[in-house]
Amino acid sequence: MNPNLKWKALFIFSVILFCIYFLFGYPVFPTSVAQVKDNFGKQIKLGLDLQGGTHLVLQVQVQEAIAQETDTTVDRLTTLLRSKNIHYDEVRRIDDMHILVRNIDPSQASEFRDLVTQQYNNVWDLARAAGDPNGYTLTLRPGAVAQIQESTMTQSLETIARRINALGLTEPTIQPRGGRNANEILVQLPGVGDPAEAMGVIQAGGQLELRLVRDPVTYPSVAAFMAQHTVLPPGTELVTGSLESRGANGVTDKSEVWYLLDRAPVVTGRDLRSAVETRNTSNPGMWQVNFTLSPEAAKRFGPFTEQNIGNKMAIVLDHKVQSAPVINGRIEDTGMIEGNFSQESAHELALVLRAGALPASIKYLEERTVGPSLGADSIRHGVQASVLSLVVVMLFMLVYYRLSGGNAVLALFFNLVILLAFLAMSGAVLTLPGIAGVILTIGMGVDSNVLVFERIREELRNGKSAAAAVDAGFDKAFLTIIDTHVTTVVSAAFLGVFGTGPIRGFAITLVVGLVANIFTAVYVSKTIFQYHLMKMDRQAELSI
Amino acid sequence: MIELFKQPNIDWMGKAKYFYALSGILLLAGWASILYGSGIRYGIDFKGGTNVDVRFAQPPNVDKLRSSLGNTEIQSIKDIGDPNSNEVVIFVEGKGQDEQALEEGRVRILTALNAAYGLSGSNKPNFNAATAASLAAQLSEKDPLLLSANAGDRYQQLAKKILDYRDKNAHGVLTNFDDLSKADGVTAPVLAALKDSYVLGPFGIRNVEVVGPKVGAELRQQAIYVTLYALGGMLVYIAFRFQGGGSVGQVFLAQRGFVGFVLRLLDKMIFGLAAVLAVFHDVLITLGFFSLLHFEISLTVIAALLTLVGYSMNDTIVIFDRIRENNRLLRNQSFADVVNKSINQTLSRTILTSGLTFLTVLVLFLMGGQVLRAFSFALVVGIVVGTYSSFGIAAPLVVAWNRWRGQGVAAGTGPAAGNKTRSSENVSGRLAPAGRR
Repeated sequence: MNPNLKWKALFIFSVILFCIYFLFGYPVFPTSVAQVKDNFGKQIKLGLDLQGGTHLVLQVQVQEAIAQETDTTVDRLTTLLRSKNIHYDEVRRIDDMHILVRNIDPSQASEFRDLVTQQYNNVWDLARAAGDPNGYTLTLRPGAVAQIQESTMTQSLETIARRINALGLTEPTIQPRGGRNANEILVQLPGVGDPAEAMGVIQAGGQLELRLVRDPVTYPSVAAFMAQHTVLPPGTELVTGSLESRGANGVTDKSEVWYLLDRAPVVTGRDLRSAVETRNTSNPGMWQVNFTLSPEAAKRFGPFTEQNIGNKMAIVLDHKVQSAPVINGRIEDTGMIEGNFSQESAHELALVLRAGALPASIKYLEERTVGPSLGADSIRHGVQASVLSLVVVMLFMLVYYRLSGGNAVLALFFNLVILLAFLAMSGAVLTLPGIAGVILTIGMGVDSNVLVFERIREELRNGKSAAAAVDAGFDKAFLTIIDTHVTTVVSAAFLGVFGTGPIRGFAITLVVGLVANIFTAVYVSKTIFQYHLMKMDRQAELSI
Repeated sequence: MIELFKQPNIDWMGKAKYFYALSGILLLAGWASILYGSGIRYGIDFKGGTNVDVRFAQPPNVDKLRSSLGNTEIQSIKDIGDPNSNEVVIFVEGKGQDEQALEEGRVRILTALNAAYGLSGSNKPNFNAATAASLAAQLSEKDPLLLSANAGDRYQQLAKKILDYRDKNAHGVLTNFDDLSKADGVTAPVLAALKDSYVLGPFGIRNVEVVGPKVGAELRQQAIYVTLYALGGMLVYIAFRFQGGGSVGQVFLAQRGFVGFVLRLLDKMIFGLAAVLAVFHDVLITLGFFSLLHFEISLTVIAALLTLVGYSMNDTIVIFDRIRENNRLLRNQSFADVVNKSINQTLSRTILTSGLTFLTVLVLFLMGGQVLRAFSFALVVGIVVGTYSSFGIAAPLVVAWNRWRGQGVAAGTGPAAGNKTRSSENVSGRLAPAGRR
């Protein structure tokens, strides 16, 4: 045998064998048909549209985190000014990114400016307020905004990932989506037919705050507070909570109460080291969540509780007061959340607290749930139709081009095997638009073969010998094949780069299919022809 | 050997006016329908809203469904799927609604469905809504196989098989528990346990889609941009590979003012332009057919449109490639003759490939089921139009340009004739051939 041809054949066989092994014989070497099927099922991952599952796009409300930063700064600044004895009328939030400081004592103006510049150098810009000679505005710098945005997104992604992973689903996808300022996250949960639980866990707040209660009295409504005090003391806000009292007849009576709390929390969910659900010690039918603080938080919490013995401390979860126990002594690093918890709800709360709170709330932009039955229908129809049309195409090629048609059938088959093997290796998923890519690949595969064969026939008609005609046919058709393929790859590259989701899936399948096609329809097919020409009688006619 | 055409000798370019007329009619009909008729029907991907796909065990009473859902907010309830599948899609449009409202819309639809068709007087859960996890938990509790502590994940596997049967064989809505006995591993005690713990709800939810207005707008924009980028990329590549007359230097250096520059640039790019115009024409006609026949445009349909772009371009390039080759061989023939000959030479390839691909997508259209219907329809139309536009639009456009720009110039040396000579011989002083290949 021609040594060159031998190496070519060896190369082709090893590529195809490797692909087949990868598709059907891996990860467990099969000993039964069922195992072959099982391997194949494991290797070719189906998209949500084919296997069923839930696809969610959610948007992190980053604006909230920015507003929170502004609130915290208002509190810190107030404390700072008081401690330095700088006189002012008011420190107030104008909007999410601006703070107004009114009427600084003119003699202390430079001291004030130095203080702010020194404390908030890279975060806040200081400027004179319009219409108030002794007033100043602080503006959050764009760089600081971008930083808050970034950390909010990173933290949200991590938190959502931890929460989803705690559900124990197989291969969820959690990744950022859209541009830098889109603040969007894509969550894909294959095989989850009912998204309610996942959505519940993602959306669960878990924003824990411990805040000092400023007023030992509680109020039944905001109006009731205003009737007595007319104005909120600076740095405080009214927060609602529900009070449950069990009457003598055993009927639970739920009523709303309002607490006057410090705006700034002493401890937040970020300071937690652990959280576990346990039975309530005083009421064994009920459950509670015990938590431990990180060492740094404990250093703050200890002195704070010591100073406030006798005052109340509110445990605020998702902007609702859960309970407001009296501080009886110095507390270092433990606490508990009591409330009307069952074991299940206590467990869920502990899970959410452990996973950390979302730094800002989220909004769902898109939700798609493909039921498993619809996915199964789609794939059955799709596969049946594809197989049937493939058989028809192959039969036609055999009839029309006789032996050479067999060559084309082999090339098409190899093309599919390589395409599927690559999808398996790269971990890409097969989706409905991906099947469109496969169909276009088959179409172009058939086309490449037809181009070559028609060229060979032409050359034969012009009186060339079989060997010369095959050579010339491949040579001339090659240029056409390259042009058609490169054009399509160029357009597919644009789709892959700029498109998302289904459009990208289509592009990836198409590019891989086309590269495989050049290999099979030109290289493999030509090698088979050469082998055949070598074996056959020099004078015999080519079966084409 | 079997041959479709022995030696076809058709004057394609002479028939160009009929092709233009045909395309004109198709474009007019389709776009009259889009602009003044039923318009483009966007699917939920692009307009946003809430879609709930429900399959009923019995033919549903649409009026009852409507009244239970509250007439005001429901935009449409329509049958989909096979005639006897009892499957409907309930759609609430998302116009002007924010995401929160959409989510509530979904909940309302599901609650109303449960109220109207739900399980009256039973507190057992609905088997047709059971998930694998909940079913496995039920089975472990009942323990019909008497495995007690040795159960391991046996019940998980059994639950998966049972649900597989429900979803694949019963299309998601089981109407009789006894059917399950055909499923692998379901024995009489298992069946009894299922009957004991579940009831059969009269409907199953097959698919829920909630697309907010923001995502809808984004997807619409992306689909358009991505298609334009892809066409632009193709234009550049083809213009580069099939260059018309004039070297690049001449295009930029010739001192003929702006108009002269543009004309020369067009000379250079005419193959690419014609190919892209033809493909664009295919997309427009296919969209027209979508409007005429009331198919919805979804993201999957966009993938199909992109497929047809690729396919039609492929077809055009095969013919252009032959023109390029023949142009070098047949110097003493007119450009139109060269194009005719090229189309004739590639005709059997065109018919064969198109025929086979058409067959493929026709099978997909007829057997592909509801999800693939609009998708394969785009391909069925697109392949016919795409094949036709290669010889009916793209090639005649190049010939027409050549005729207009090359008046008085020797045949085959017009701008589009391209690379006839390797040397830089100057044919007319105005139209120099490109020196490629």
